Amino acid sequence: MSEQFSQLAQEASNWAIPVIFVLIVVFGAIKRVKVYEVFVEGAKEGFNVGVKIIPYLVAILVGIAIFRSSGAMDFLTAGLAPLLEPLGVPPEVLPMAFIRPLSGSGALGVMTEGMKTHGADSLIGNMLSTMMGSTETTFYVLAVYFGSVGLRKTRHALPACLLGDVAGLTMAIVICNLVFR
Amino acid sequence: MINWIWLGLIVFGVVIAAATGRMDVLTKAVFDAAKTAVELCIGLIGIMALWLGMMRIAEQAGLTAILGRILRPIMVRLFPDVPADHPAMGSMISNIAANMLGLGNSATALGLKAMQDLQSLNPDKETATDAMVIFMAINTTAITIIPATVIALRVSAGSTNPTSIIGTTLIACSTATVVAVTSAKLLQRHRAYRREQSHE
Repeated sequence: MSEQFSQLAQEASNWAIPVIFVLIVVFGAIKRVKVYEVFVEGAKEGFNVGVKIIPYLVAILVGIAIFRSSGAMDFLTAGLAPLLEPLGVPPEVLPMAFIRPLSGSGALGVMTEGMKTHGADSLIGNMLSTMMGSTETTFYVLAVYFGSVGLRKTRHALPACLLGDVAGLTMAIVICNLVFR
Repeated sequence: MINWIWLGLIVFGVVIAAATGRMDVLTKAVFDAAKTAVELCIGLIGIMALWLGMMRIAEQAGLTAILGRILRPIMVRLFPDVPADHPAMGSMISNIAANMLGLGNSATALGLKAMQDLQSLNPDKETATDAMVIFMAINTTAITIIPATVIALRVSAGSTNPTSIIGTTLIACSTATVVAVTSAKLLQRHRAYRREQSHE
């Protein structure tokens, strides 16, 4: 049943983009838009956007790489684990909490590793999976989005988004303790 | 704040690496990261061009305006500074929808289109607007209806119930979205973040 469901989900996302393309092009043609010419006109901007993001992404990814490769995370995890364990936070999921806003591929690695060690259907496996989906790679998203329009002053974007991350990750831990224990 | 966090990542990282003797690993990671950053951006160019082209057709055909109209009551409340008929509304909705469907890079391309549209309303091109921050709050806590990547990895990790986490994920990420948007709304009036004298 759930196997079929995940196949269905896969199928749906295979269909989504071609269907959207057809919809746009056909609707455009009906409205007498010169579809090819207008497409090319719009697509021109693509290069500039990609290039504009480079300095922002270099800054953020280098900062994150220094932090991750230094082993600072093990340090933080070891320090916080004894404080958080009585509150229902298994020490095994703490690395996920730290890495989720910083690196998408890093978080996927932590999740896969954790499921291999503890089993995908264990409390920890379910908790890691839920934490993975509970929020996005905040630093990467902010760098790319603000970078694409050349914004340097981000105001309250980072604090607001990080509060969201903390809330999502906390809720993931709480809800999994209720559902999967 | 981003200045402090960036400084912190670098200084804290280098000090810890020095203490644990991992300077060689760190040096390699720095250059790898710089290279990856450029590769990611180059990779985005094609997808970006594709969606910018498609969105231009959608705009001229009036499709994005239709999208904007459907969700108008919510959008106007979330983004009071954006005129209800502005193309930014339509492109933000397409980005949020693409994120919900888990379309990855396409969602990013549509989101960057939305940022361009929002930037066209921005009087100060270097400072984020309230609308942009709200949009980022929704985006960095993206609600995905079906977390396909996580489910696929659970299947390959031998899960007997790979979809068990759909419900819990939805609850967790809606919490994240509500908190992020509420914080953005509350913080935008805070002295430290007000537009006139934002010093970050």
